[in-house]
Amino acid sequence: MKLAYYPGCSGEGTSKEYDVSTRAICEALGFTLTDIDDWSCCGSTPGHSLDHALSGALSARNLALASTMEADCVVTPCPSCLSNLKHAKHRMEDPAFKAKVDELLDEPTPALPEPYSVLQVIVEKLSMEEIAAKVKKPLKGLKVACYYGCLMVRPPKVMQFDDYENPMSLDNLLVALGAEVVPFPLKTECCGASLGVVDKEVTSKLSGRILERAKQFGANCVVSACPLCQMNLDLRQSQAEEAMGQKFELPIFYYTQLLGLALGLDDSALMMNKLVVSPHALLKSLDAPAEAVAPEAKAEPKAEDKSDEGAAS
Amino acid sequence: MEVIQLDKARNTNFLKEVEAESGQKLSTCYQCGNCTAGCPGGEFYDRQVSQIMRAAQLGLKEEALGNRSLWLCLACSTCSARCPNEIDVAGVMETLRSMARREGYVNDRPIESFWKAFLDMVSMNGRTFEAGVMADYMLRTGRGWSNLAMAPAALAKGKMPFFPHRIKGRKEVARIFKRYAEKRS
Repeated sequence: MKLAYYPGCSGEGTSKEYDVSTRAICEALGFTLTDIDDWSCCGSTPGHSLDHALSGALSARNLALASTMEADCVVTPCPSCLSNLKHAKHRMEDPAFKAKVDELLDEPTPALPEPYSVLQVIVEKLSMEEIAAKVKKPLKGLKVACYYGCLMVRPPKVMQFDDYENPMSLDNLLVALGAEVVPFPLKTECCGASLGVVDKEVTSKLSGRILERAKQFGANCVVSACPLCQMNLDLRQSQAEEAMGQKFELPIFYYTQLLGLALGLDDSALMMNKLVVSPHALLKSLDAPAEAVAPEAKAEPKAEDKSDEGAAS
Repeated sequence: MEVIQLDKARNTNFLKEVEAESGQKLSTCYQCGNCTAGCPGGEFYDRQVSQIMRAAQLGLKEEALGNRSLWLCLACSTCSARCPNEIDVAGVMETLRSMARREGYVNDRPIESFWKAFLDMVSMNGRTFEAGVMADYMLRTGRGWSNLAMAPAALAKGKMPFFPHRIKGRKEVARIFKRYAEKRS
């Protein structure tokens, strides 16, 4: 299946590992990604916060470029990009809105293709049985809290994916990969999004609650599908710990990294070293013989820094 | 207790303007409070979402536009998903924010400065890059220093390129912003 790929700006910086692992798992699963040539930023939160037509125009430029490609559908790994692309497409069904957007563009927009998340394509085009059959290294020992965040499922009328109160696609995927999924009531609660830049208090508290609850439900890691959620939970985990007055030390994986790990992909495709909260002690404990998992996992943290390289490969 | 004089403060056209611009029928809101109950930003707000909806409904423009909540809304859309009358409440919040900005009611300049820093970067390069946006934001506002605490970790992980990726079509993107600015002036 041929997919027109919109990487999103964060894939070139803070979520490099998401972009790299997304490309790798797509290849392993038989999806051919072709980047949308000369794609531009969708405007992200600042775009739609200031003006819907501006956000629409920034997104429409990319969908228009994708419409010239020979692809079965347009995908992006980033829920924030996806939300902008989808909103643009849906709002432009209203001719008055389309006219406002077209005024901002060099040329009037053609009929635009519907964009999807990479996750949606994977879980809808492949059955969990098919995925489980490809697993080379079951993720036994991982206790995962699946954190979906806001934008992948909301607003449901636009996103049209999974259950917006209790989504299960990541849960089902992780179970197929051999992980244990813990019940997690904050699946779709907001992490504080980009407000962290200007108001650390809001993001620290909201992200802190998510991490606290994941821990309370027995998770030893969190899985995310969103660069901004992942950044708030991982890079800003120390701020969240400060706000909540407790240590979490929870690795925050992209689902693509765990999928790649289970498919037996090399660490160069997973980039586990990019994660700020080191996952290596946890990942090493997965390699240990089953009966030794508990003591190994406990003894591990001190050796964590030295064993940073290549633990997952 | 704050007293609002409905006969003096009401602007009867305001509801129509908000409905037209947002495409949402605010008049169907019956104040169930679902939006407020699920709002993750509520504890930081000076006016709750349902109060803002009511203010817009009554045509209380000052109340609806002159609050800090509009600028703290995380756009998570929990309110929209749970509204029994299918109002896209988050979309209404965004419309009100847009109106507040146009009419000079900006209550939280740092957030707006961050958005502007971000979009200027897009306008110049066609894409954004985090290090540049953060530097620009901190220079504009003299704030955001708490983010610097995160910089060493981000740098050590090679997550902060120092230069933007400039796309070929950046002039095309810049023209979008130019037309947008012209239309608004």
